[in-house]
Amino acid sequence: MITLDRVSKIFRSATSTIRAVEDVSLEISAGELCVLIGPSGSGKTTTLRMINRLEVPTSGRIIVNGRDISRADPVRLRRTIGYVIQQVGLLPHLTVSENVALVPRLLGWPARKRRVRAEEMLQLVGLPPRDFAARYPRELSGGQQQRVAVARALAGDPPIVLMDEPFGALDPLTRKQLQHELRRIHAEVRKTIVFITHDVSEAFLLGDRIALMAEGRIVQYGTPPELLRQPATPFVTEFIGDDRGMLTLRHVRMAELAGPVRNADAKRGLRIHGSCSVLDALHRIAAARSDDDGLEICDDRECVIGYLCYADLVRRLADVVIAEGEVGGYPDALPAR
Amino acid sequence: MHYLLANPSSVLVLTWQHLRIVGTAVFLALLIGIPTGVAITRVRWLAAPVLATAGVLYTIPSLALFAVLIPLTGLGERPAIVAVLVYSLLVIIRNTVAGIDAVEPSIREAAHGMGMTPWQRLRLVEIPLGLPVILAGIRVATVAGIGIATIAAYVGAGGLGVLIFDGIRTLNLDTVVAGALSASALALAADWAFVQLESHARRDRSRGVS
Repeated sequence: MITLDRVSKIFRSATSTIRAVEDVSLEISAGELCVLIGPSGSGKTTTLRMINRLEVPTSGRIIVNGRDISRADPVRLRRTIGYVIQQVGLLPHLTVSENVALVPRLLGWPARKRRVRAEEMLQLVGLPPRDFAARYPRELSGGQQQRVAVARALAGDPPIVLMDEPFGALDPLTRKQLQHELRRIHAEVRKTIVFITHDVSEAFLLGDRIALMAEGRIVQYGTPPELLRQPATPFVTEFIGDDRGMLTLRHVRMAELAGPVRNADAKRGLRIHGSCSVLDALHRIAAARSDDDGLEICDDRECVIGYLCYADLVRRLADVVIAEGEVGGYPDALPAR
Repeated sequence: MHYLLANPSSVLVLTWQHLRIVGTAVFLALLIGIPTGVAITRVRWLAAPVLATAGVLYTIPSLALFAVLIPLTGLGERPAIVAVLVYSLLVIIRNTVAGIDAVEPSIREAAHGMGMTPWQRLRLVEIPLGLPVILAGIRVATVAGIGIATIAAYVGAGGLGVLIFDGIRTLNLDTVVAGALSASALALAADWAFVQLESHARRDRSRGVS
């Protein structure tokens, strides 16, 4: 769907040369939510802005839907790519519904179709059109405004949506709410989304794949479990930081931990689906308070595919949660070298 | 006051002349000034020379300007219109630039990113959002123009200045007051009308805030 092929962007001014993006290659499949994460100045935003040609690469090719975008008309291209920014950028002199209908308007849809579409989109982002369509952006809270911006980005039915730290300026509670809404919306509309954040937990919550960037390069590009369990460099582990233990519990599936099925005389264990995260399983164990001495891991057809006694569970957990180099305690606890 | 009450129809005719001079001049100044202002926001290096030129024109004393204009335009309405136009340009250009520049960068970025052409960004975003500031410029130009147009009676342009100059010549204070009061009332009325327009233009954005 989106391919970046050895893309670089160098900003030159009279006094300085900034290599914002260097030799970045990235493959984002259709319907996937790809998170770009990294410290400030790592080139995330520049990478994103090259996809809708707000920036033009210094070298390399970007292919969207099989077409090299350097040959596309930038205005037409942008109308097929939704764009959401942290500062929201709603037009203050237009109503919520007019804001949402902007891209359809640029695309020349008839007024009736635009209005229907705007109402659909407001419904999708959880703003009942009856209450919100006729209001002005200033009358809305920050979270509601960003919902409108998401609705606006989706209104033209673009196959791709770019989001540049859309929830970065919101309070933690609203942010969490919108993260879950975005997951629901993504599951519903199946757009290809490229999402920038510098919040590790947000990246792992939302990303089908995560590209960790630093100093204009991609350090690692992979699924959340890959970043957790096979970090490409120590920087990956360092960047994920203290959240790693918790994220591992959230992202490792029970099926990965399960041992072979025990023999027939084994005591009954607590039944848990293999796609359950370790954290969910722990919650179930805590809630069950039974005398089971282990877990039966089953598949969709309720077939037992593995068994874990609690002692094994603890051992395997230790293996996945404690990273290499961390054995013997957390790094802080190591004696000074 | 006697003069005003005794000759309402001639005061009305002069008021109409006065309005026509200022209206035509400001209208022409808009036709020149707004595109010039927009051009400056697109081609930045134009700002210094254009604003400097308009600034120099603005500082020419009005009587001196009339003196310069008469050989070019002759007497009557024409030098008056040109003079008011020349004085209006600076504030109209400057406020057009200021109004467009004041559009929040995030709004500009969103408009750009969603695929608006430069013309659509101007028409749908920059002009509507800059409108209150642009209107403020038109208001200042109009009010100042009404003042300058009174002097234009000196070069035979007509308007309310006629009463003031006639009154001075014939030592008739009542006529002078009639002209001055009418011109002031006209300026105040124009100011009030534009303030209404401005607050109308801001209305959407301030609802729910104040």
